[in-house]
Amino acid sequence: MLGENGAGKSTLVKMIYGLVKPDSGQMTLRGAPYAPPKPSIARQQGVAMVFQHFSLFEALNVAENVALGMENPPPMAELATRIRAVSEEYGLPLDPDRLVGDLSAGERQRVEIIRCLLQDPKLLIMDEPTSVLTPQEVEILFQTLRQLSREGTAILYISHKLEEIRALCDAATILRRGKVVGTCTPREKSARELAEMMVGQTLTPPARSEKPKGAVALEVKGLSVKSPIPFGTTLKDVGFAVRRGEILGIAGVAGNGQDELLLALSGELRSTRGAVAIDGKPMGDQGPNERRRAGLVAAPEERLGHAAAPDMSLTENALLSGAIRKGLVKRGFIDWPATRSFAEEVVKEFDVRTPGIHVAARALSGGNLQKFVIGREISQSPTVIVVNQPTWGVDASAAASIRQAIIDRAADGAAVVVISQDLDELLEIADNFAALNGGRLTAPRPTQGLTVDEIGLMMGGSHGMEVAHHVHS
Amino acid sequence: MFILEKRPSPSRFWTAATPVLAVVLTMIAGGILFALLGKNPVEAIRTIFWDPLFNPQFAAYSRPQLLVKAAPLILIAIGLSLGFRAGIWNIGAEGQYIMGAIFGAAVGLAFYPADSVFVFPLMVVAGAFGGWLWAMIPAILRTRFRTNEILVSLLLVYVAQSILSSMALGALRNPEGGGFPGSRNLSQYPAAANLELVPGTGLHWGVIAAFIAVIAAYILLQRHILGFQIRLSGEAPRAARFAGVRPNSLVILCMGISGALAGLAGLFEVSGPAGQISIDFASGYGFTAIIVAFLGRLNPIGILLAGLLMALTYIGGELAQFMLGLPSAAIQAFQGMLLFFLLAVDMLSNYRIRLLLRRAAP
Repeated sequence: MLGENGAGKSTLVKMIYGLVKPDSGQMTLRGAPYAPPKPSIARQQGVAMVFQHFSLFEALNVAENVALGMENPPPMAELATRIRAVSEEYGLPLDPDRLVGDLSAGERQRVEIIRCLLQDPKLLIMDEPTSVLTPQEVEILFQTLRQLSREGTAILYISHKLEEIRALCDAATILRRGKVVGTCTPREKSARELAEMMVGQTLTPPARSEKPKGAVALEVKGLSVKSPIPFGTTLKDVGFAVRRGEILGIAGVAGNGQDELLLALSGELRSTRGAVAIDGKPMGDQGPNERRRAGLVAAPEERLGHAAAPDMSLTENALLSGAIRKGLVKRGFIDWPATRSFAEEVVKEFDVRTPGIHVAARALSGGNLQKFVIGREISQSPTVIVVNQPTWGVDASAAASIRQAIIDRAADGAAVVVISQDLDELLEIADNFAALNGGRLTAPRPTQGLTVDEIGLMMGGSHGMEVAHHVHS
Repeated sequence: MFILEKRPSPSRFWTAATPVLAVVLTMIAGGILFALLGKNPVEAIRTIFWDPLFNPQFAAYSRPQLLVKAAPLILIAIGLSLGFRAGIWNIGAEGQYIMGAIFGAAVGLAFYPADSVFVFPLMVVAGAFGGWLWAMIPAILRTRFRTNEILVSLLLVYVAQSILSSMALGALRNPEGGGFPGSRNLSQYPAAANLELVPGTGLHWGVIAAFIAVIAAYILLQRHILGFQIRLSGEAPRAARFAGVRPNSLVILCMGISGALAGLAGLFEVSGPAGQISIDFASGYGFTAIIVAFLGRLNPIGILLAGLLMALTYIGGELAQFMLGLPSAAIQAFQGMLLFFLLAVDMLSNYRIRLLLRRAAP
């Protein structure tokens, strides 16, 4: 099943899994009417699902996590044996005694998959399973899915990544704005044709600027800092430089230090004085406002609660990070009229759909709030822009306008760091490319000419997930 | 079946209406309680809410008492509300109130019997300092060692009460008091006395300080970046760090302000209505102010009204005790209900109740 963010894919599969009750219509499972009132009934009837966001407890081990998702878990020793057996059978090696907190994202996904396989499902639903995987890990997953399919398990695979659908699926159904807009055999269509069916319009890739780059605006060297987040990743000796006009893309599987890198660059996490220099000024030990004064703005990944306060109005949220560079505070007192006009300006210029600037941030849709957050940062005429996951969960047209805005700001002479898990996005907009792996950053390389294999290796290959597939195939 | 549904944005109507609804529900539940005690509920409610203000027999005494009782509540609650908004829970205002009184009174007594216009201002500074100092203990323990400020500030109340007893019996005892515990009466020492400024109104310097605190807090929260940072820290702590707020500085600041205001309230009380440092000086204002802060929605204007209302239930409660013979425990339960109902109906501002007609399962 193919569709862009917000097309209704997740809602549909939640109905199949019994999490959401449809208003009307019927479903048929293996010839019989099917209307699961809750997930446990769906599981009884042979439907299993691997969610996009894992529901695992980091402080428990693999076997305990699996047991938590079962109706009548067998004794732990027996369960561990079964986990080992199933995981080897499907080429997904997994140690039942390891703590989930110590596993990589790919390994955590294996826990979810094995939890499903233990129920011997007839239908396996996978919701965007590859967003947390390196290209090599994706290949391992696909081999497992092909094996399951050969053994007679139906697989409903949900994605907005066209190449995956073309590589894996026998048939595709395309959703747009909650409606089926077509079905096809994906191997017979080009990625471009599929994309246009999915979006419903002709897509124009963002225009890259080919201007020469300026002086170094952001320099990071020897940045090592411990994560403030439990089970977080420690940054180890991270170093790079970004010139004015340049976009540096930083890839990596989730949980390899992206959040920590953003905090260390924005100033929420302080390091040593010389570790971060903005326009030549050492700023590593300074806080967010000092760095804003020096010209650096940042947009964290989590929109609600980090980049914006959910219950505050857009005006108040404009003040949140705009106070310094837009001069919205005079001698400690807030200039509300100026703040309101700044908020209005962001809303207008970045096409934020909202009834007004007085509404609470949480009332906006994800895409609109993200446009507001990115717009708020880049309207402050910064010299350095750092963004983490700028288009996560944003629909295609909003994502395109956000990317274009970032490219435009770089063309105007800002140095930009884009941290993202979306490889296509990075390849589309970044001049140089680096990857985070276990808190270390690879040396940046020019994006042009990079192959998918090289990128995969920069991201850490298959993260120690050596596979047993060659035994089977 | 009823379901609770989160509102897309908080309802302005219910935010304003819930305190009123809570008062009405308290009157109803309180009336039932009084009826069960064999009293006429209508008469009891009228004695508590109406008689102190309008009964010709009592109003002359009760009305000035309203400001006298409300001022410390408002002063303390304003300070607490700033911390509460930022997610900093100073529960020990009672202790800071006591320490402010001791520090202020000690300065006044040290000058006795000198007559100077500087004595009272010095006492005010000392009172605020005493409360501030007492609040700094939980604040610094929290920022340095990550202790829980709720526990530390609360337990320090009992320490302050012991210091109070020791002062009343020892260092500050009136040398001419014939060995009785308690200090000299400050209200009879003109240079240190905090007397009624306009006869028959109850207006003293503490009332003026409370009004100034309400206005200052209002401006701080509406117009000043510090007030914005306080609100932001309470609503979204990570966003506050992103906005450049240093959580530790905010803890020191909010605890300091609430401690200093509680200390001021103690000083104005000891130099005026109470008059002296005595063993039973602590009267629970520091704890009641927590109710006042929440009843007033942590909003300065709301706190002003809530403080007056709470003072009214105190005065009316006393009246009901000797007029109708209601036990004092019943009055305390009545005041507690107010907070209980407020918290219970509070969810209406963020949630709405919907009647869900459940379809038959297929």
